[in-house]
Amino acid sequence: MEPSLATSIGKIQLNKPAMLASGILGISLDVFNRLYRSGAGAVVTKSLSSEPWEGYPNPTIFSVNGGGWMNAVGLSNPGATNFAKMIESNQNVPIMVSLVGSIPKDFEMMINEFKNCKVTAFELNLSCPHVAKVGLEVGDDPELVKKIVTTVKNSTDVPVIAKVGLGTTHYLNTVKIAIDSGIDAITAINTVRAMAIDVETQRPILSNKFGGLSGTPIKPIALRCVYEIASKYNVPIIGCGGISTWEDAIEFFLAGASAIQLGSAIGDNWINVFDDINKGILQYMKKKNYSTIGEMVGLAKKF
Amino acid sequence: MQRNSNHTTIVTIEKVIDETPTVRTLYFSDHIMSNVLPGQFAMVWIPGINELPMSVMISKESGKAAFTVRKHGLASTGLFNIQTGDKIGIRGPYGNAFDIKEGRLLLVGGGTGLVPMMRLLTHVKPTDDVTVLIGAKSKDEVFFETLANELLKNNSHNVIVSTDDGSYGEKGFVTDAAEKLVSTSHFDGVYTCGPEKMMYKIVQSAHSRGIFVQASLERMMKCGIGICGSCCVGEDLACKDGTIFDGNHLSKNKEFGYSHRNKAGILEDY
Repeated sequence: MEPSLATSIGKIQLNKPAMLASGILGISLDVFNRLYRSGAGAVVTKSLSSEPWEGYPNPTIFSVNGGGWMNAVGLSNPGATNFAKMIESNQNVPIMVSLVGSIPKDFEMMINEFKNCKVTAFELNLSCPHVAKVGLEVGDDPELVKKIVTTVKNSTDVPVIAKVGLGTTHYLNTVKIAIDSGIDAITAINTVRAMAIDVETQRPILSNKFGGLSGTPIKPIALRCVYEIASKYNVPIIGCGGISTWEDAIEFFLAGASAIQLGSAIGDNWINVFDDINKGILQYMKKKNYSTIGEMVGLAKKF
Repeated sequence: MQRNSNHTTIVTIEKVIDETPTVRTLYFSDHIMSNVLPGQFAMVWIPGINELPMSVMISKESGKAAFTVRKHGLASTGLFNIQTGDKIGIRGPYGNAFDIKEGRLLLVGGGTGLVPMMRLLTHVKPTDDVTVLIGAKSKDEVFFETLANELLKNNSHNVIVSTDDGSYGEKGFVTDAAEKLVSTSHFDGVYTCGPEKMMYKIVQSAHSRGIFVQASLERMMKCGIGICGSCCVGEDLACKDGTIFDGNHLSKNKEFGYSHRNKAGILEDY
């Protein structure tokens, strides 16, 4: 029998395991449809805030010498209200709405905006490393994480995912608080706070000075985090961070992720990367005689 | 070692030419940029100010290239104010190139949209018959007319300037001049770059008559490499799928000619 690429992240069912990561290409429903046709199992939107944000001036994204990407886009987004209107007509695409805010009320208001939209999940951005008072600064505050997750869970029946990253509070503590507050799944990890300086002009390249490092250099770190979370807690995990090949995807399944997200790989290989990875996973499943993704999840934990 | 096009290279501005009171061309040495295809662009870093996408302008000197910029917003004014000896960063080239047909060609450029048109002129065949339409609001905004004639000196050619106020060349909108041309004579290819409303009309004039037409689109860009999504036009990404699209494709795109996204990604009407 042909193996199936379908996967479950707790209550969330996807036909394919590779999703578009938040922050990438996520502002137009037309583009979402195109990505879905290209083999993405779901798309995660740009992180939406209660008001539109312009983000930082350029340079906001560049390729790092030695591999990977650095960005400090600054969470530019059209705001939850505008965005919800745009995706109201969505029928086909599994859309996960990423939300960013400073206080529980921000999240409550935004979730209400999506009441007429077909949304597969909400992903709370508790880990963006380059914008003040949101993202990682929220994720680093255990009390705030507890309040936000509790409020969000009380505001919607749609599954809620927390995206965690490497901040000043140990991410495993953030994961535990999120689980205790009722979170449905964890995405790990976000970009890693970093910077680069141009030696000729002797100034930081990003307009924000600091940004987030993504791409292949952070893959082993992300894999370690997924493995640690899966070893310690019984929570569905979405792996994210530097995944660019089907082998990377399998590694994350074996470490304990039920699905994966792609971002930087699109910058390197364009959107064919979804199809390439899907095909590679299928080949591997045939060779190893697996019929579902779930059979592979967490297999490396026993060692 | 081969240069990674995604890494910023620092170049020094060697010469600045005033084209009009609001338009300047900044020349620099760079072998890769000197040889880009017509229509390709670079992401240009003005240290401490911004980074913006710029079509790569030709230079008569080998191994050199340029950017022609109109001062408009913060970023473009920052680039406009760059002086000889100043350093800027460049990465790329990015984007696709014009598909240059043979025979009778019509090029329509408005403002700095003339930049990719000039590079296109360096790629036409000696046997091509080339008409260049230059649109400007008024006489003091006209530039590259002499250059276009020089580049076409070995071709059968016609360089026509039209100004909205009639202070130079033909009086009227360049779109009307183009409509008149395509309705009265045969063309094998039409190419345009400039304000989107202008391009929309040019594409309509040509495409409705079955003439092959391409336009180079401008959008807000952050990454230039197809990940930030800022430049999406319908389901297309201007940086990665374009910036050049043909009339057949554009006629099905509901945003072309009507709307673009602002820095927050909100659709705004032209």
